[in-house]
Amino acid sequence: MNLENEKIDIKNEIEILREDCLRPTRTFSRNTQIWIGSLLVIIGWGLYCYIHQLRQGLGVTAMRNYVSWGLYISTFVFFIGISHSGTLVSAILRITKQEWRRPITRSAELLTFVSLCFGGIQPIIDLGRPDRIFNLVLFGRLQSPLIWDIISICTYFCGSTVFLFLPMIPDMALCRDKLVVCDTRYKKFKKWLYTFMAIGWKGTKSQWHRLEKTMTIMTIIIIPVAVSVHTVVSYIFAMTLRPGWDSTVFGPYFVVGALYSGSACVILGMAAFRKLYHLEKYITPRHFDLIGRVVLALTLIYAYMNLNEYWIPAYKMATAEGHLLNDLFSGSYSTAFWTCQFGTVLLPILIMSFPKGRKITPLVITCIIIAAGAWVKRYLIVVPTLLHPFMPIQEVPGTWSTYFPNYVEFSVTAACLAGIFLVITLFSKLFPMMAVWEVEEGIQIEHDKQAVIELREQREVAEAKQMKEPKAKLITPITNTNN
Amino acid sequence: MAEENNKNENNAGTPSENAGRRNFLKYGALTAGLTLVGGSLLKVFADNKEQGEKMKVLSSDGKVYEATCNQLQEFRPAPVSNAEARKGIPNKKFVMVFDLSKCDGCKKCTEACQKMHYTESDREWIKVFTMHDAKAEAPYYLPKPCFHCDNPTCTKVCPVNATFKREDGIVLVDNERCIGCRMCMAACPYSTRFFNWSHPNSDQTAAIGNLPYSPEQSVPRRMGTVEKCDFCPDMLRQGKMPACVTGCPMDVIYFGDQNEDAVTNASGVTVKLSQFLEQNAAYRQLEELGTEPRVYYLPPKNRKYPAPDLKNIEKEKKEKKHIDMDMSSMQM
Repeated sequence: MNLENEKIDIKNEIEILREDCLRPTRTFSRNTQIWIGSLLVIIGWGLYCYIHQLRQGLGVTAMRNYVSWGLYISTFVFFIGISHSGTLVSAILRITKQEWRRPITRSAELLTFVSLCFGGIQPIIDLGRPDRIFNLVLFGRLQSPLIWDIISICTYFCGSTVFLFLPMIPDMALCRDKLVVCDTRYKKFKKWLYTFMAIGWKGTKSQWHRLEKTMTIMTIIIIPVAVSVHTVVSYIFAMTLRPGWDSTVFGPYFVVGALYSGSACVILGMAAFRKLYHLEKYITPRHFDLIGRVVLALTLIYAYMNLNEYWIPAYKMATAEGHLLNDLFSGSYSTAFWTCQFGTVLLPILIMSFPKGRKITPLVITCIIIAAGAWVKRYLIVVPTLLHPFMPIQEVPGTWSTYFPNYVEFSVTAACLAGIFLVITLFSKLFPMMAVWEVEEGIQIEHDKQAVIELREQREVAEAKQMKEPKAKLITPITNTNN
Repeated sequence: MAEENNKNENNAGTPSENAGRRNFLKYGALTAGLTLVGGSLLKVFADNKEQGEKMKVLSSDGKVYEATCNQLQEFRPAPVSNAEARKGIPNKKFVMVFDLSKCDGCKKCTEACQKMHYTESDREWIKVFTMHDAKAEAPYYLPKPCFHCDNPTCTKVCPVNATFKREDGIVLVDNERCIGCRMCMAACPYSTRFFNWSHPNSDQTAAIGNLPYSPEQSVPRRMGTVEKCDFCPDMLRQGKMPACVTGCPMDVIYFGDQNEDAVTNASGVTVKLSQFLEQNAAYRQLEELGTEPRVYYLPPKNRKYPAPDLKNIEKEKKEKKHIDMDMSSMQM
């Protein structure tokens, strides 16, 4: 095998990879413009609705005294859940040295960053007096689960921003260096941006060493922080005495639910970028198969958590909890509840257990169901409990004893979702959606593996050759002694 | 309070007259040049909204004036400072007792409360439930204010200390600090708290006038903040009883100070609290939650009124739909 040829091979491959990764940052097609335009329209309308809500009070939503938390808080839990995707794929797969993580880390980390931004503002949207938000700093009480949330989410936000930025540094340097050769719009701005974000990266040995070291530290730090985030999100509910929330399993239940819905969203992101930016060569069916297994494992744990969360109280049927469970199992929420359980637990397990189910199309469909179902599930955790207080609901205005989000809540929530898509789109138009240097390393490792295999083959061939000759020699002396 | 309770016993017909006069002398302030004196007179004024009706009032310099009703304004002493409102009335531990055997569900307590706090009809700080715990058990009416728990779930979860527990046992909300997160509403197992979803009703805002805010009187209310039953601490400071207590025509509600071991009802009957609770087998709502309410109930034994109408409850159970409040029948 010619080593020189091999090196040229790798070099070519890396050049193609760099080109593939950077190409989307240079184009700004008509479709993209339409897409961004429609997202801006949705955001604009949502903003208008929010201003309406600010001026007229939360009374413009469907929330009333019994259901005092609704779609906003459900969305908060859902978005913060999605934000666990980055940690799962990046940190857990990094720490367990899963090579196949390389092409998907960037999109997962981005998803974490964006969903944290938009998840974090949900409680602020839900506040009656957002103008007094600084009271949280002035009069903050550490005893309140809400303060735990703020501390934990802010820590996670800082951590995941660093975690997103660190592996971008070498790529920013690459963008900066490559920008010179090709003409693009906003060149001046881009040059400034890339130079700024590359923070003087030259790719020296000591720089690489420091990057690797920091990444390792961040990987170890981010996992417990991520676990703490969804644990304290669940504590907002679990620290109350309400039936349905007063549950010791809520912490782990939320963490597992978050990882599971988050990894499903990673698959959706993978599929979208693979198709839109023609990354078929790097994100292969094998990647989908492997992450499909991860989602399957998480679904199984989630199913187990559901069993604990519902079967234990359902066996006992204590008075207040019994009313709630009756409503969920056979009452007004039964259709939503059972559809949700079927779609997000049973169906994914059935589909993903088979290799055919982990092919791209069925997997993407399953993940859409999982993501939508996870959102509905958050709603089913928040709302029915509030409609089943200990004291009976008697003679109140008709709007108090029912709840379904109205146009204001839907518009504002849609705007937040559109915001997530917008930030991801803009990000992908500025920065490579794969960690180029990580995939490069992957190619190198793949080649090295190939080289090792070839070396072994050569050795085996040589050994076989050697074995043949001495065998012939050995046989003769034996026959000799026999004689 | 004890001194006053004794007085009340002697002078059962006008329970708050003495207190009112004393406060009048204490504050001695004039509102719109004329001051109203005595609970009984105040009652006349409050019931009689006809304009032009003449009534006699006593001014601070001891002269009697005659004035028309629309020239008069209810006297309210200046509220205490925020720091004082957070501390509470020294050496008191307020407690409320409901004798369920006497409650006929007339909702006069709710009305009195709503009048006192300029509340809209859907905001029942004290709400009367029709209860029927089990088929074989007797149905009864259950008036429910805030329980001012000694282990309050609501104040624990408040992120900004906008709702707090005072030394005298009362749990209040400071609507100048409340950020409207509604964590306390989620935490309260008794569904006691109300949220100001929209701008306060303009009629009520006008009625409140330019009264300075204090957590002790809970008004003027503000959009985007939480409110609830406050045990009328502004009344307590004046030595008067909460609105619901004086408003109850059935003498169901007893109110007093646990330190004095005495509670009094609207008719001025004062009883020894510990004995009263012990002899009547008092209980608290949802004791198993460990919230330690400051409100006790005497079981509805030997009811002194006809049985509650269970039509609504049966209908609710059958249709699995909660009864709508008939807003038209409610009067402010």
